[in-house]
Amino acid sequence: MNKVLLSIVKKEFIHIWRDPQTLFIVIMFPILMLFLYGYAITMEMKQIDTIIIDHSKSPQSRVYIEKIIAIDFFKVRFEDLPESKIEDVFFQREARCVIVFPSDFADQLVKNTNTPIQLLIDASDPNAANFIINYLSKINLAFNRENNISYAGPFSIEPRILYNPDFKSAYFFVPGLVAVIMLLISALLTSIAIVREKENGSLEQILVSPVRPIQIIIGKVIPYVFLGLFDSVLVLVVACFWFGVPINGSILWLGVSLLIYVLTGMCFGLLISTITNTQQVAMMATLVITILPSFLLSGFIFPVRSMPVIFQWFSKIIPATHFLVVIRGIMLKGIGLNELWPQLLILTGFSLFLMIVSMKKFSTKLE
Amino acid sequence: MENPIVIENLKKSYGKVQAVDNVSLEVAPGEVFGLIGPDGAGKTTIIRILVSLLSPDSGKVFFLGKDVSKNPVFVRSHIGYMPQRFSLYRDLSVEQNLRFFGDLFHISRAKQGKQMEWLYNFSKLRPFKNRLAGALSGGMKQKLALSCMLMHEPEVIVLDEPTFGVDPVSRHEFWDILKTLAEHGITILVSTAYMDEANLCSRVALLHEGHILAMDKPKTLVQQFQHPIFRLESNQPYSLYTKLKTTEFADSIHLFGDGIHFSDKDQLGQRTIVRKLKEWNIEYDSIQPVQANLEDLFLERMR
Amino acid sequence: MNRNYSDGEFAVEVSKLTRDFGHFRAVDAVSFSVEKGEIFGFLGANGAGKTTTVRMLCGLLMPSSGTAAVGGFDVYTQVEQIKNSIGYMSQSFSLYEDLTVRENIQFYGGVYGLKRKEIRRKTEELLDYLNLWDHADQLTRDLPLGWKQRMALSTAILHDPNIIFLDEPTSGVDPASRRDFWLLIYELAERGKTVFVTTHYMDEAEYCDRVSIMKQGKIVEIDKPEVLKEKYGSESMQQVFINVVSEVIGE
Repeated sequence: MNKVLLSIVKKEFIHIWRDPQTLFIVIMFPILMLFLYGYAITMEMKQIDTIIIDHSKSPQSRVYIEKIIAIDFFKVRFEDLPESKIEDVFFQREARCVIVFPSDFADQLVKNTNTPIQLLIDASDPNAANFIINYLSKINLAFNRENNISYAGPFSIEPRILYNPDFKSAYFFVPGLVAVIMLLISALLTSIAIVREKENGSLEQILVSPVRPIQIIIGKVIPYVFLGLFDSVLVLVVACFWFGVPINGSILWLGVSLLIYVLTGMCFGLLISTITNTQQVAMMATLVITILPSFLLSGFIFPVRSMPVIFQWFSKIIPATHFLVVIRGIMLKGIGLNELWPQLLILTGFSLFLMIVSMKKFSTKLE
Repeated sequence: MENPIVIENLKKSYGKVQAVDNVSLEVAPGEVFGLIGPDGAGKTTIIRILVSLLSPDSGKVFFLGKDVSKNPVFVRSHIGYMPQRFSLYRDLSVEQNLRFFGDLFHISRAKQGKQMEWLYNFSKLRPFKNRLAGALSGGMKQKLALSCMLMHEPEVIVLDEPTFGVDPVSRHEFWDILKTLAEHGITILVSTAYMDEANLCSRVALLHEGHILAMDKPKTLVQQFQHPIFRLESNQPYSLYTKLKTTEFADSIHLFGDGIHFSDKDQLGQRTIVRKLKEWNIEYDSIQPVQANLEDLFLERMR
Repeated sequence: MNRNYSDGEFAVEVSKLTRDFGHFRAVDAVSFSVEKGEIFGFLGANGAGKTTTVRMLCGLLMPSSGTAAVGGFDVYTQVEQIKNSIGYMSQSFSLYEDLTVRENIQFYGGVYGLKRKEIRRKTEELLDYLNLWDHADQLTRDLPLGWKQRMALSTAILHDPNIIFLDEPTSGVDPASRRDFWLLIYELAERGKTVFVTTHYMDEAEYCDRVSIMKQGKIVEIDKPEVLKEKYGSESMQQVFINVVSEVIGE
């Protein structure tokens, strides 16, 4: 390796080691964020307070209820409320879902093809409401298949829910969180590393030497790529062992994709560092540029397909959009390079593009 | 009237470094007292303890008769303090900066106006009152900073290296203002690393590595300098210096501008010195006794 | 101060050098030249344009107009060569405080592309020279300012440049350390290096072979200190400076 580059890399490593406070933050921050957001989002999805009003009190309703209780998702409570009081339950936030079995539930089940169960959901959190409906329709189907005599026709529809058979929201959100967190932390690391030197004046000293921008930039990025990868491993370990998200695909490819993605984040940071002059501004810019679009427009929370067309286009230039496909693909679907190469290629392209732009913008002058 | 600033046996260390080591001094009313010393001499530490921003390890500090450690609020509301490398709000105008500091100390708007007029008079900043502080020159910034800390009419002001990095002309002007303030009865404690500013103080303490090397009126200090100083001039002082460094004079010589100061510790007298230089075959243009200055004193005492 | 350095060759040649920042003319058609081996003092009030001029000469800023050559290289087109032949110690420069003395030396050696062996040799030389062996593995942060400044100068000349730019190198340094620093400068000059130095200490101006005084972007005086002192009938450069700068303000 080039000697100049080597001494910059070495110096940068020393900076990292000599500042244990920052190192600690850099290591703990992603994990903390994963825990906070992971829980904030998935706790909502678990333990949905549910009130069951069983007017029927029949063996049939009992079987149905057993199925509901069997799923961890619902936190069931039995109550005997009159219909007029049900709305209060929602206002008081005592429950987010009320299931009412009519008194003639058992009778209807034998006589009719349509057996009404009343399901009331607080849809103020549409995501949760969606999950509730999904769970219940699954239970409904299973129940119908087993118990509803008149339903036992020549064929029955049996949906198979792929990749996330238990509808576990952690499966869905945690990989997305990894994408957001890693982009943020990578971009922060490089943007601050360069702007810090601008701020304390040492960059000026380096600029009067014959060092080339490419050497400064690559020398700055290399040590942080290691740090970023280390962070990625930590975050994945937490995702796997704490949130129980599986890695169905190849760990090697997951690593390679993370490397490419971390690099993209760092190049983002580089670009930010070339146009800002204080650490404060660099930090704010990085937060705004990485977090907001990654959260809102990458398909992390809202599916890209349901966005207005203009945002769909916009989402294409957000690295997280592509990485989400990759990480969900590898972790949940267990697919690999055969299917995911376009995304990886796009991310590599992003990195190269950003790095070239940064180098062009990184002036060896002081203006 | 008691002395507004009294410091007794002050000590403060940071880890292994003894930043202030048994410093005692008093500043009399209307005095311009200079803490003179290089970076790391302990000037800033002393000042920060005085304005109650730091606690001493031991020793006492009294401000207007009150124990600083027990009356931090009193100290902060009655002292004018200009911290080291003090920077103003660059995006506020001169007047907005002044008003802000007035508001900070609960000075009524009417009183602020009066005070500002007085401050504009001697700082000569009136023509620039609508200019952003960031667009002022270095010297003007210092004057504005000084004015800001005078908005609440403190009787005692403490300035930590107000002229750091400021050119000699602006420094000169700044010191003129300090002199005017002192004539108005304001007591001033000021620190600086520039030796030449010591002569502008009514009394100075020369500080080095937390100790007071010497303390008195600048004139008295140089008059009491123990031994004679001889100035050797040559059109090549550097080569003269390197030659002298090889002789027994090595420890008594210092470069001073285009000459060399020899401090005659053994009271050899000019004739003996001249004879020795001749013996050693050292050429020079002239030799003459000169009045020692504070820098000679500092160099002498700091070893 | 008179030293014999002159061999008629110029290390720095500047003609009508100008630099604008927006509507503000920071440096206004400045012309001067510095001979090889000369210690050239570059004085001026705050904001007079000293730092801007130095930065242009070091290839850190593009001039708006005029010409300048440093070590015979053109500041517009031969920035690379200039950077290889100059050492620069900036006003704000502090070494990396979280690196040890040795690490700092090695880093700058590396930045200038010195060979590993050379870096090792230079490191030893420097530690010898600065008498810093006992502190070689101490963080730079913990050194007294005077040592830091001498170390900064030493690392700035690791690659053995012929021209050395020093921007207020001795601010805040104690009188003894300042003298040590100037002895270093003399030594460099004796070895034929050209030293270009800005300072606010007027007694230091007396150490220079020649000084220039800048005011509002222009050079208003340039000569030997003794000549200037005579011209203004002053005892010291301090007085000369105040006279020169105030005079121009008065105009």
